[in-house]
Amino acid sequence: MNSKEQVKIIKERSGTDASKCMKCGKCSGRCPAYNEMDIKPHQFVSMIEKGEIEKLLNCKAIYNCLSCFACVERCPRNVAPAAIIEAVRQEVIRMQGGNYINSEEIPQIVDEQIPQQLLVSMYRKFNK
Amino acid sequence: MKFNYYPGCTLKTKAKELDAFGRKSLEALGVDFEEIKEWQCCGAVYPVAKDEVATKLSAVRTLAMAKENGGKVLTLCSACHNVLKRVNNDMKTDENMRLKANNYLALEEPYLGESEVIHYLELLRDYVGFDKIKAAVVNPLKGVKIGAYYGCLLLRPNSTMAFDNPENPTIIEDFIKAIGATPVVYAFRNECCGAYVSTTNNELAKKKSSAVIASAKDEGAEMLVTACPLCMYNLRQNGGGEIEVKYFTELLATALGVNN
Ligand code: SF4
Ligand code: SF4
Repeated sequence: MNSKEQVKIIKERSGTDASKCMKCGKCSGRCPAYNEMDIKPHQFVSMIEKGEIEKLLNCKAIYNCLSCFACVERCPRNVAPAAIIEAVRQEVIRMQGGNYINSEEIPQIVDEQIPQQLLVSMYRKFNK
Repeated sequence: MKFNYYPGCTLKTKAKELDAFGRKSLEALGVDFEEIKEWQCCGAVYPVAKDEVATKLSAVRTLAMAKENGGKVLTLCSACHNVLKRVNNDMKTDENMRLKANNYLALEEPYLGESEVIHYLELLRDYVGFDKIKAAVVNPLKGVKIGAYYGCLLLRPNSTMAFDNPENPTIIEDFIKAIGATPVVYAFRNECCGAYVSTTNNELAKKKSSAVIASAKDEGAEMLVTACPLCMYNLRQNGGGEIEVKYFTELLATALGVNN
């Protein structure tokens, strides 16, 4: 698959129209993980539009986005940056060896109080 | 009217109080409800990607089972609510999802999003009424300053969740008033607690949760209430511990005199 096709698939998977973005930056302004995003939410939108896929596939931001949907709520153009980030994250974790969590490390991070919901959501977000 | 109650996995394990106090309070308020038989895990997070179908099927099964019994699905965990309501919306509006889910599940009658997903707080507001709750309170929590912690999942995306004003919600504050306590409005009440990164990037979760706690403390809150086991965990474990965090159902049961 060439990168053009890959971009097309990611766009479709996101279900949102990045071309509607007017580059106001409100999504990034509202993002609670902003400081930890090496690629900011508004950059995801413009970079997928421009087809700059390699950088997106290799960024840290896909693991720091909290799926809080604050960016989606604030966008005046009805673009969903969180959905583009999710579509890129899926692209990465579905690849062979793309799992982000090493299951062997789990016992060390699990404490008595940890809710099942956290463990399941972490796996759903980071591993396939 | 009968409500089909969906507790979800966490309410059967780490968040038993959320469930137990919720049930007792419903009984005290005379709400007719029954746990959905053989419900399955909702999947914990709504699969945002359009090409995910399998991860939504367990939610569709639950929704279809409730349809057989009047169609009112009652949720309590914020995460389950978010997943079930969004998957239901897909079954109402997304042709591709409808077709694939029904082809796979092969139910007697296709499921097309007929059920309605109602959160416990919505039930209190829209079906019971906060006035009626106020009248049923035997132990008002007089003088207790409580901050509502909404987090993300009940409110967003508002286009589907339609829970309350996503930027300036009032439902939990109205609930706090109904049980006789004093609501404290603070800036971070609809900010994220750090969610599932608490295990993979604990520093980030600590920053987010402690910012919520600090914001509530600045406004004079003595306690926070939540409907979400994940928020509860983050606020307690990663929030610095300066304010007590409780499930809203525990306070409701206390006010109604059924917290034993
Ligand atoms: S969903 Fe992700 S990108 Fe959007 S505001 Fe939340 S953390 Fe930031
Ligand atoms: S808020 Fe919407 S329009 Fe503004 S930069 Fe972000 S995606 Fe583009």
